[in-house]
Parts: sequence; C-alpha cells; structure tokens
Amino acid sequence: MAETAIELVGIDKRFGLVHANRDIHLRIDRGTIHGIIGENGAGKSTLMSILYGFYQADRGEILVNGKKVSIADPNAAIAAGIGMVHQHFMLVENFTVLENIMLGVEGAPLLSRGIAKVRAELKRLEEDYELDVDPDALIEDLPIGLQQRVEILKALYRGADILILDEPTGVLTPPEADHLFRILKQLKEQGKTIVLITHKLREIKAVTDNVSVMRQGEIVATLKTADASVEELAELMVGRHVLLRVNKGEAKPGDVELAVEHLSVRDNRNCLAVDNVSFNVRAGEIVGIAGVAGNGQSELIEAITGIRRAVSGKVTLDGQPVDVTGKANPAELRRRGLAHVPEDRHHMGLVLAFEESENSILGYQDDKHYLKGPFLDIEAIRTDAQKKIGQYDIRPADTRLKTANFSGGNQQKIVLAREIERDPSVLIVAQPTRGVDVGAIEFIHRRIIEMRDAGKAVLLVSVELDEIRSLSDRILVMFAGRIVGECGPEAGEGEIGLLMAGVEKKAAAE
Amino acid sequence: MDSYVTVLQLLDSTIRLSVPLLFACLAGLYSERAGIFDIGLEGKMLAGAFAAGTAAYLTGSAMVGLLAAVLVSVLLGLVHGFASITHRGNQIVSGVAINFIAAGTTVILGQAWFSQGGRTPSLPSSARFGTLQLPGAEALKDVPVIGHLYSELISGHSVLVYLAFLMVPFTWWVLQRTRFGLRLRAVGENPAAVDTAGISVTWLRYRAVICCGILCGLAGSYLAQAQGAGFVKDMTAGKGYIALAALIFAKWRPVNAMFACLLFGFLDALAIRMQGHPLPLIGEVPVQFMQALPYMLTVILLAGFIGKAIPPKAGGVPYVKER
Repeated sequence: MAETAIELVGIDKRFGLVHANRDIHLRIDRGTIHGIIGENGAGKSTLMSILYGFYQADRGEILVNGKKVSIADPNAAIAAGIGMVHQHFMLVENFTVLENIMLGVEGAPLLSRGIAKVRAELKRLEEDYELDVDPDALIEDLPIGLQQRVEILKALYRGADILILDEPTGVLTPPEADHLFRILKQLKEQGKTIVLITHKLREIKAVTDNVSVMRQGEIVATLKTADASVEELAELMVGRHVLLRVNKGEAKPGDVELAVEHLSVRDNRNCLAVDNVSFNVRAGEIVGIAGVAGNGQSELIEAITGIRRAVSGKVTLDGQPVDVTGKANPAELRRRGLAHVPEDRHHMGLVLAFEESENSILGYQDDKHYLKGPFLDIEAIRTDAQKKIGQYDIRPADTRLKTANFSGGNQQKIVLAREIERDPSVLIVAQPTRGVDVGAIEFIHRRIIEMRDAGKAVLLVSVELDEIRSLSDRILVMFAGRIVGECGPEAGEGEIGLLMAGVEKKAAAE
Repeated sequence: MDSYVTVLQLLDSTIRLSVPLLFACLAGLYSERAGIFDIGLEGKMLAGAFAAGTAAYLTGSAMVGLLAAVLVSVLLGLVHGFASITHRGNQIVSGVAINFIAAGTTVILGQAWFSQGGRTPSLPSSARFGTLQLPGAEALKDVPVIGHLYSELISGHSVLVYLAFLMVPFTWWVLQRTRFGLRLRAVGENPAAVDTAGISVTWLRYRAVICCGILCGLAGSYLAQAQGAGFVKDMTAGKGYIALAALIFAKWRPVNAMFACLLFGFLDALAIRMQGHPLPLIGEVPVQFMQALPYMLTVILLAGFIGKAIPPKAGGVPYVKER
C-alpha cells in the first residue's frame, strides 16, 4: 500500500448558486502522477484552488501526509509542501526569471543575499531535473514552454513535494507538451507527487498512474489509468456515451467554391508568412490544413477572409474574384457567403463583455431582420439567439448572460451557430475545438460534417492532427508558409508528421 | 561673465521650481508602480501645504509644520486607498474627488480660521526651512566658474531641496534592491502573481499609497514653508498634474523622473525669466504665452517625443481574485 500524500475528506464549496464541489473524497498516493479529468466547469480548478489556499472550502478536511492541515492562504499551502502551476501563469512579465522565482520568498528585506541563494538553488534544480532556463532572461522574451518551466521552478524552489498543474498543456505545442511530460516523469522518479488537471484524455493516458474523473462538482470515479480505456473515461466525464471517432460518409465533391492561386502574405513583422500558396476547395468536401502552429496558417486565413492584405495572388469565391491584394474586407466577404470561425474566439470571434445574444449577431448586425429602422431590434435578436441556443445546445440557455461566463465549448458553439446558421457557401474553420471539452468536440465535429454533406465547401485549419485526419477529405500540409504536401485522410500520422516537420515527401520515402 | 551669471540664476530657479514636482512625481511613482493610479497628487500636495502653513504658524515650528503636512497628505492617501483598494472603486474618480476636497476645504478652513481670504498668515523665518550653506560655499565664492557654480547653484537651498534630490537614488534603491520594492513592482504588473506567492496585495498597495502620501506631504511643506512663507489659495497651480505628466515622460523610473522634473522646472523658470524680455526676431511675447509654454510642451512631449511609455500593466485595475 502506497503512502498517501494528500487526502481530501468531504470537501464542499459553493459560489452563490453554483455548487462547485460536492462532498469530494480523494486520496492521492505519494510518488505518483494523479490525473484529475473533467469537462470545463466540472469543478477541477476550484478543488485545486482550495488545496492551494486560494479559496476556502465551506466544509471538509485536508490531510497532507496523513496530518490534518488548515490551508487558509497560499502561504499555508507552500508551508505544507504544495506548489501550484496555474493555468494562466502567475508571472510578472517584465521581471527576470530570478525575480519571479524569489518573489514572496526573498529571505531578507534586502535582495542581494536572496539573489545569490536563488542562483545557487536554481543551478541545483537545473542539474537534478534538467530544468534549465536562463535566470536573467525576461519572462516576456521566453516562449510559453519556458515560462511554464519557470512556474515549475517557482514551486520547486519553495520546497514543493506535491505539485499541482492546472491544464498545463492548453497553451503548449505538442512537442512542448511532450517535453513537459518528460519533466513530470522525472519529478515523479525523484519522489514528488504530481496532480495533473486536464480535460484532454490523451494526456491522462500518456502520463498518469491514477485518474479521478469529475463531473458537475463530484468525483464520479477514481481508477488506475492502465485499467481505463479512453472511451470509458470520456463516458464518465460527459455522463453519456461519446463518439470519439467521427462517423462520416463518402464526400461528394462538386464545383470549386474557393480557389486560391499563388497567394503570398506578409506577417506583422513584415516577413513572408505565406509563400506562393495554391489550392482549391470544392463544394461538399472538407479540406484540412495541417501544420505546426505559426507556419503561416493564420496569415493564410486572414488573407482569404479579407482581414489581412495579401502581397500577391488571386482568390476566387464562387467563381467571382476576391480583391485580396486590395479592397477585400470581411463584411463584403460575409455578404458573399464566406463564413469564418476564427482560431482565437476571445480575440477575434467574440466580445466577451457582451451578452450572448449580441455576440450571436456580431458581424451581421446590419442585417435587415435584426434592425428596426436605424436601431437594433433587441426582441428579434434575442428570439433568434434563443433559437440558436436550442439548436446548438448552448448552456446556460440565457441570451442575456455575459459571454465571458460561458465555458470554452459553449463560447465556441455561439460562434459556430452564428456562422453556420447564415447558410454560407464556404465555411472556414480554424482550431474549432481548441480549449473545448469532449462533449462539445463531438457536437462541433458533427456540425462541420453536416455542413459538408449539405454541399458546402469547408476549409479546416487545425494544429490537432487527429482532428484534421478524422474530418478532412483531403489534407494539405503547411510548413514555413508553403504547402509542402497533399494526402488523403488515410495517410498515416508518421507521414503527415514528417511533412509537418518540413521533410519533403520524396526525402521521407527514401 | 554676465551671461554666465544669468544662466546660473536660471538654473538655480530651475532647481527650486522642480523640487515640488520631483516630490510629487516620486510620490506618484510609488503609487503607480504598485498599480494605483493617483490623479490626486495635486490635492494631497495642496492639503499638505495648508496643513504645513497652519501648523507652522500655530506652533512656530518648521518641523511640526512638515509633520502636519505629511500626516494630512497620508490621511488623504488612505482615503484614496480605502476607495480604490478596499472598495475597488474607480481610481480616477477617487483621485479627482480628493483634488476637489482639498481645493475647497483648504480655502474654507483658511478663511474660517484666519480670515485672510483663504491664506494662512505669513510665517516667520523660524517656522520655515531656511537655506543651508554647504561647507566651503563662502570660501569658494570668489573662485571663478567652479566656485560660482558651487556656491550659487549647489549650495544655498533649503534642506527639503537636498532631500528631494536624495530621494531619487533612494527610490531607485528601494525599487531595485529591496524586498519591498520587488513586491511593489510586482503588484503593479500582476497582482495575481503576488497573491499566489502568499503576499497580501491589499497591505502592499496600502503601503504604496502611504509612501505616496508622505512624499506629497513633503511637496506641500516645501511650497508653504520653503518656497513660500505660508499657504496661499491654489498654490499648487496644477503642479500635481505636471508631476503626473513628468511621471509618464519618465516612463515610471526615478532617475528619468528627476530629469523630467528638471526639464519642466526649467521651462517654468524660463517662462518667468522671459516675461517682459523681447525675444530676438519675434519681439515681445505675451506673458500668458510664456506661462502656457511648459504646459504646451508637456502636451507636445507626451504626444510624440518620448516613444512608447508602457504603464504598469495592472495600473488602475482593482484586484479581484479570479474564479
């Protein structure tokens, strides 16, 4: 029987009407990686915030190493050996790594002594865990993966034995995530206990020893990861059977709806981000663009949708030219039947401070049936929004709720409903399931397939290779601004992976 | 030689005029680096000046005047803190309110207590901060250039002037080399990071507004007890706002703040000096134009000549724990 590192007994927490945690009982063994999985809003983060002293439980006890502790604030958690890596990093961006690590544990009123100590300690941690990072670098100059490493170092420097990571891979690229998992396994070997909160099933399978599933504030099961199948976990999470694979029939491609010829686009730093790209999308097919983030996909879409001006090239929509190097603008393209679900819904897809109903017409607010004379017809807009809420199962079903209060999956459904219900002839979808929970992913995928089957041309851009492979009828791989290969959906992960890494098809075959 | 003396005199008054700006600017720096915007520098300075004038007159002690100024200014700072830290109110509104309270109350109380149209009675020299002759100033007086510089420009200011300029390296040292400074800078950038590190955001920000209050009090005391001899209605005349402009101009850094305040002080000195003197080619310039010059330059400088000034990221935003 393994030793218990943390035991939670009957933890209960309410935020007003929301019952975030219901009578949670949980044991986490020392020296293991324990996954906590659940959909957004299942109460995972709340539970961990209670453990870290950010919130206080209304009822219940926390035992660390078998001893009852009261964790009134983060200081108490640190003292009990609990460290946390937050989903949104708790770093001061214009501070150095060193300053961030010593914040709160400076040791003395003057910094000079503390600085020497942190340097020495960092060196030791670097050697023990291969967590190397330049202590004098500014956080804002570091890539996200390294910033996360600083968060881990922060916790370790404070003497954490138990490390909680809240959705650590949400912001990471796949290679960065793999690196993180290697670090976690190493930490485990050194005897640390790790709690990994996530909603990604793959990660649970990849790295954890045990897994607890949360649903609507409750722990519904705790299993050995080796004994649990992905399907089983998904079902526990969502509370019903979930299709992880997408069922779809043959594509029946029709005429070319969207044609892109020799398109070149510059990015914000004025570098050529899209380099002479040509492809077309036919009615009734899904064309997927695979690639590691930052290889020109964003700029490509922005040029096609009229958000960014192209340097050269031609785009044809429905047989009519689009002035992508000149006057094309998103409003005009929307009128011409091009719908766009942007990759970053917070940045481009929604105004989070708006009500749900307002977001459900954003971009189409000049439409006749949303207007009453020069004014918005609030009644009509709300009725319309209510209808979409029903069709897309958006929860909570409240048109007047601020959009920021919806979960990621529901926010994405708001955007999707808005774009799809306009019945466009071409649908461009970027990263449709980023930060979206399993239940909603299934729904979103089904909608995209339905669009195809209704004879629409769909251009899908995603960094999730699984998503590209299960949805697309044709796959284009983008690398360094160019399309380096095309393959069918039956192509293996390895083949596409090599293309994504910039290895040409021929070279790969040899 | 004559023009050298003129330049020295101009620089001398530059120093005198930049001192209240410098105190106020550094005051704003402590507050804003901690994430609390403070448009109420003006009001705190004014109330401090009134308190200094009153207390110094009543007790006859310069030191008591200064302490009264600091006390009143800190109290107003705490009001700002109570509104914007404890109750998460709008920092601009709270600051403006403090300015109005100070502008009104000082005049009303001044009139009620002393019946001199809102002034406080003239202070005897014992209740003021006299000039300090630095060692050797007298002896070096007749040494050309260097001696002049030393005895005219460096020596012969009130103790508060030296204090103001000493506050510059001191503030830099506090911010960069002490635990308090590290945390203060952190709380202005990302209070959540401070909170999760187990430090109280509230107490830290309160300490920042207290620092701000102390320095505004010193500025007020300087106005009423060193530059002037008693409180005069509206004697800050927008210096609090100029100090804010200087703070932005200085990109929230202490040494830059000193140069910014010296620049604004110099413009002010120049404006006074040029009054009634015809300019070559242009001829006589109206007094009003010269008086407006520092303010116009403020606008021009802020509009385009300083590059991008990035304020502390959490500035003006009350801290609320995220769910």
